[in-house]
Amino acid sequence: MKKKNAIVKPNKSTNRIALAFKKARAFIVKQWDVFTQWWYKHIWPIFEKIRYALTHNFILRIENQIMTLFSFIKIRITRKRIYASYGFLFILIWLVGLAVFTLYPMFYSLYLSFNSAYYNLQQGVVTTWIGFQNFVNIIRSSTLLPLFSTYIGRMVISVPLIIVFSIIIAVLVNNPIKMKGIWRTIFFLPVIISTGPVLTELMAQDATSLPSLTTSAVFNYLTNSLSPLIADPLTNILNSMLMILWYAGIPILVFLAGLQKVDPALYEAASIDGASAWDRFWKITLPSIKPLIGVNVVYIVVSMSLYVEGGGILDLARTHMLVGAPDSSIWFGYGYAAAIAWVYFLLMVIIMAIFARVFGGRRER
Amino acid sequence: MKKKIDVGELKSRIKRFLFGMKFMDGFIFKFVIYILLISFSYIYLYPVLYMLINSFKTVDDLINPGVRWVPTVFEWENYTRAFQVLEFPQSIFDTTWYVLKVSIGATVAASIIGYGFARFKFPGKKILFGIMLATFILPSQVTMVANMIIYKRLDIMSTEWTMLLPAITGQGINAAIFILIFYQFYKTIPTVLMESAEVDGASQFRIFRTIALPLALPSFLIVFLFSFVWYWNETFITALYVGGAVTLPLKLQAFRASYELLFPPGTAGAELNEAIMMAGNMVTILPLLVLYFVAQRYFTESIDRTGITGE
Repeated sequence: MKKKNAIVKPNKSTNRIALAFKKARAFIVKQWDVFTQWWYKHIWPIFEKIRYALTHNFILRIENQIMTLFSFIKIRITRKRIYASYGFLFILIWLVGLAVFTLYPMFYSLYLSFNSAYYNLQQGVVTTWIGFQNFVNIIRSSTLLPLFSTYIGRMVISVPLIIVFSIIIAVLVNNPIKMKGIWRTIFFLPVIISTGPVLTELMAQDATSLPSLTTSAVFNYLTNSLSPLIADPLTNILNSMLMILWYAGIPILVFLAGLQKVDPALYEAASIDGASAWDRFWKITLPSIKPLIGVNVVYIVVSMSLYVEGGGILDLARTHMLVGAPDSSIWFGYGYAAAIAWVYFLLMVIIMAIFARVFGGRRER
Repeated sequence: MKKKIDVGELKSRIKRFLFGMKFMDGFIFKFVIYILLISFSYIYLYPVLYMLINSFKTVDDLINPGVRWVPTVFEWENYTRAFQVLEFPQSIFDTTWYVLKVSIGATVAASIIGYGFARFKFPGKKILFGIMLATFILPSQVTMVANMIIYKRLDIMSTEWTMLLPAITGQGINAAIFILIFYQFYKTIPTVLMESAEVDGASQFRIFRTIALPLALPSFLIVFLFSFVWYWNETFITALYVGGAVTLPLKLQAFRASYELLFPPGTAGAELNEAIMMAGNMVTILPLLVLYFVAQRYFTESIDRTGITGE
């Protein structure tokens, strides 16, 4: 008897709870109905009137698929135009951002690069037009010019290196091997962890060079016998060899994606016709991933250029901007910083264009 | 019961094992490929392994050239010091919260902008799309001078809004890639779906919300992961606009200085050594490593999603 009670009791209580829920729900639904009825009777007409007033006035009038602005500009509302307006609506936020945070700053900094500009607490930025003086100063600077030449040398050597390296790895991984995912994971890892301070610390501790490479006789011979213009970037690169190869993370995946889209029938047909593996690589594999080289060049140049090393060009630009004062003879303020950044940007684009041209060749269309 | 071994057959068998039917599937070929891949991945993993191993070394191990890969003692003291200097665990929550805000903003913005580009035709679309892609190569250093002035005008200098505002207007770090990923994805949704919804009387925003967004969930994940990683790793712009010690990497940059504040030079047994630095580095990248190994598939799939390999 007692046992039965014990079992029934919770059942009853749950029933009661369920009933209460049902009642509450019915109540809420009813109240919601009442509310909506009240809303459509009393509040909705107000909105309707506002809408009517907004679309039937002197400035804007929408009637019979014709939109009239200021009662003399008449625009037919077509499906196409509605679509276009929706398109602009969706990218509106981007357009605003583009104007405020990209285009305006870009042209303003271009303007500043022809000025000597300093920050003043009372008046904001004070500018005086000095023409090309900032650019002349960059060329005359004994700290900046070598940095620019090192930058160019670094790019010229390392971009082809990364491209070749990533093609090799992509071709290797594309073979029918086991654990493809693991290889991809390993080669993509640098993209995740390559943050500025970590890279700097690794370089400081000499963990980025291959020990056997930097101590080899060939390397010593090269650095001793070549002119410093070539040897300096070379030592620079060999000392941070691993870091440079680390930039291959995304290019490898891009090439791999390209390789996987090549039709296997092509390879079969070629091998039936007697082409060796070597031939197949040069005649099928390489041409099929050639269009991707341009994309990768852009990515590599951008990601390598944006790495800010202490005492590098970008770091100097920042210091010039932050420390610059009208009476300072070392730091030249906003205008000079803008000029440095622009020269850097232009160099970047030129390098990119040359490499994309050399590697990618002309597109056949 | 000895079976006669056919020498000729054995020879051909060995040959087939080594060289395969057409060399590409033979043992030698595979062996060479695996050796090459393993050595390349050693190059790739070397800095990480170096970091990991050295972070556990004692001072004696660091100096001892005989100890390279396996430390004699695992020195957890390095990590407790690094935790102290980097103000764990408060700093990791702060960093995650800040990066989360910015990257969610960037992701949502990219999803909306990408939809606008992918779904609608409007005059000047090609030019605008070209400009959008071109913003990828524009270094933020070019615009930093003018941006500083804008932020000062807006009175948001040294606040998180300096990173948030460009992010939610689709101008943040690598925003072009994010928009491109969404653009390519929305292009693959059949327009029939949207048209039928339109015939049923759904507004464009409703179509976006109920059809396009739920389908684009994988893209959301990819873009979010990437923006998380990139905003976490960005130090130059963050230090300039937001301030010196917002994120973990920035704290790492000032590691030496803050270490000397905590353990003044001259304190016995508390000199800063490379092992502690490496522990600090390890701690900084650890959250990203965890994220990477959890969601590794989405990271490596991302390239296919950008559609840069052609239709």
